[in-house]
Amino acid sequence: MNMKKIYLFTRFERFWHWCQAAIILMLLFTGFEIHGNVHFFGFKKAVELHNLLGQTWAILFVFIIFWLLTTGEWRQYIPTSKKLFEVVLYYSFGIFKGLPHPVPKSKTAKHNPLQRLTYLGLTAILLNLQMATGLLYFLYNDWPIWGWTFLDLRLLALIHLTSAFAILTFVIVHVYMATTGHSVTSYFVAMITGWEEVDEGEVADWEIQSRP
Amino acid sequence: MQHMFHWILCGALALWLYPAWALAAADEAPGRALARQTVKNDDLEWITTDHTRHRLLQQDFTSPEEVIRACLTCHNQAAQQIHQTIHWTWKDPADPSGITGKGGLSVNNFCIAMGSSEPRCTSCHAGFGWKDKNFDFSNPEAVDCLVCHEQTGTYKKFPTKAGYPVSEPTMFEGKTEYLPPDYKAVAQSVARPKRTNCGSCHFYGGGGDGVKHGDLDSSMFMPNKDLDVHMGVDGQNFTCSRCHTTRAHNIAGRIYATPASEHRKSLLEDDLTAKIMCESCHGSQPHKTTQKANDHTDKVSCQACHIPAFARVNPTKMHWDWSTAGDTQREIQKDQHGKPLYDPKKGDFTWGKLETPHYEWFNGSITGTTAKDVIDPSTTVRISWPIGDKDDPQSRIFPFKVHTGKTPYDKVNKTMVIPKLFGPPQSGAYWSDFDWDKAIALGQAYNGLPYSGEYGFVDTEYVFPITHMVAPKNRGVYCVECHRKGGRLANLTGFYMPGRDSVQMLDMGGWTVVGVSLVSVIIHGLGRIFSSVARKKE
Repeated sequence: MNMKKIYLFTRFERFWHWCQAAIILMLLFTGFEIHGNVHFFGFKKAVELHNLLGQTWAILFVFIIFWLLTTGEWRQYIPTSKKLFEVVLYYSFGIFKGLPHPVPKSKTAKHNPLQRLTYLGLTAILLNLQMATGLLYFLYNDWPIWGWTFLDLRLLALIHLTSAFAILTFVIVHVYMATTGHSVTSYFVAMITGWEEVDEGEVADWEIQSRP
Repeated sequence: MQHMFHWILCGALALWLYPAWALAAADEAPGRALARQTVKNDDLEWITTDHTRHRLLQQDFTSPEEVIRACLTCHNQAAQQIHQTIHWTWKDPADPSGITGKGGLSVNNFCIAMGSSEPRCTSCHAGFGWKDKNFDFSNPEAVDCLVCHEQTGTYKKFPTKAGYPVSEPTMFEGKTEYLPPDYKAVAQSVARPKRTNCGSCHFYGGGGDGVKHGDLDSSMFMPNKDLDVHMGVDGQNFTCSRCHTTRAHNIAGRIYATPASEHRKSLLEDDLTAKIMCESCHGSQPHKTTQKANDHTDKVSCQACHIPAFARVNPTKMHWDWSTAGDTQREIQKDQHGKPLYDPKKGDFTWGKLETPHYEWFNGSITGTTAKDVIDPSTTVRISWPIGDKDDPQSRIFPFKVHTGKTPYDKVNKTMVIPKLFGPPQSGAYWSDFDWDKAIALGQAYNGLPYSGEYGFVDTEYVFPITHMVAPKNRGVYCVECHRKGGRLANLTGFYMPGRDSVQMLDMGGWTVVGVSLVSVIIHGLGRIFSSVARKKE
């Protein structure tokens, strides 16, 4: 099959992706140091870094959401079950047989159904949950001022930790899945340069979310 | 070219801003700035009297009472003031029944109690002649002004003379010679109390250097900044009364169950408040505004972090087992600090140096036990213990020395007992005749207490709040010493602490999921490699 190069990721998209990646990795590292699993920065430094990174992430996240909304790119995250099963089958079996990916991608449809579902869950639920619990945790000493006596630090910390495990799991799978492109590095290159080499093929109509 | 200009401009701007940035960074913590203002006038001389020039003091006194009479001619309220204080009564003023206190029936797990052994104990009484129950507490001339105010360092009360110095050169236990004071020089030297005055008793509580407190011993006469950042002679050089501020001879500090202060006001809120709390001078948010430590001050005492260990120079007694006393034949071993591990009069000891404190919630109040209180000998008896609760806004996590012991008690009446320890041979005193039954019977009778005739030894604990020996700011307790599993606060439960607490199931589950995903992607990756190699061979 013929190959073609398409421009998938705009400059800001790549910027926020890598910034967020770095921040999340550092948050995981410092967070697990605070939890007692890692010893590197020392507890105090880890807490200071974690707080700083958390706030930075929240600010970045506002820009990401703003970008998603204003560019209409949020439509790329609208979930669909169409071909979802095929994608799962592909990663379970087809990929070992060298079969082509069942859902070709284009500028207007850059995520396959499985990605849509994952990224929507991540962006709409998991990351928000992590940021919300983190922010409340950060504001622990101000709870009495706001009258938030119903909050329980232990419960909050355990939710924050559970989400952290989920995010770490996502990071592992995500980084691995990034090697499953046309070549091992093509997805990484795409996320850095914006350009990805893809099989020439038609994008189905249902994939493209038309603008109103 | 334009690009270069841009960078030059940026560089210039950074240089221009640098001094402001550097100044901001050098700014000291608000708590230090506040405290520095408090002490900035310490060097000023406030004294308006030179006692050497008082005609009345230029005479050859022959007895301490004569000196006191001279003192009271000018300081005509001093004796009455002293008579109202615990330094005189040895009774807790908050307990109207009069049984709390060394002068009452309070017991500890050191030398237990005073009643019936007075002449030995009252060598640390600010008076003369308290040798038995008949001491006249209303006598103004029995007040010992000198022990707290003299500055020659030569005035010594003899250990067994009920508060009197010697009138002839006298040996104590064949080791130390006590000389009669030169009363004229002593009287002329008086000034406000220095560390040597307070320390002559409070550093030797329990009958020896550093025995009792753990944060008060002879190393505090001339501490350096590392040992005590406030009292260090190379630093602020505080006297005790710099913090233990005094009104009408009442000295600020905790008295049994009464906290040193009922409030945590700084001098900004009340400029005449006692300076007994750290907050008095440092405020309640003493650290730089960005410091997480400021968020701890509602739950953690300053002492908990700023006193990483007690007995940092001299050892302190950690355990005292009275049950083994009486073996006059035993060879006395010394520990690595050179401290005796046994004394036939007292039993076995354990000494500790650089001890890590025990932490408890503390609202400033400490429970006590008297020889009248019923105890439960089936468990360790907490003769004294801090009061506090994690949910009490007045309570903080506070460091303590816990002194453990095996201490005599009445097996039938289930009370601690007061043995007569000190007295001449054949008086029945334990330290002379080594007969517990006799000594307890005598002591109990003297104190008007019943004794069943059956005694035993019970495990006891006694606490001292650790509040002196504050280390310099960079020598405090590291965060992780508490924020980890099995750390300093492992014994305090019922609240979540980052780094210390977790749910094992969640940790195991979380790491399992992470591990499984990692293994899965590795297997998947290997599968891809092998299958692609296989396809290429085809």
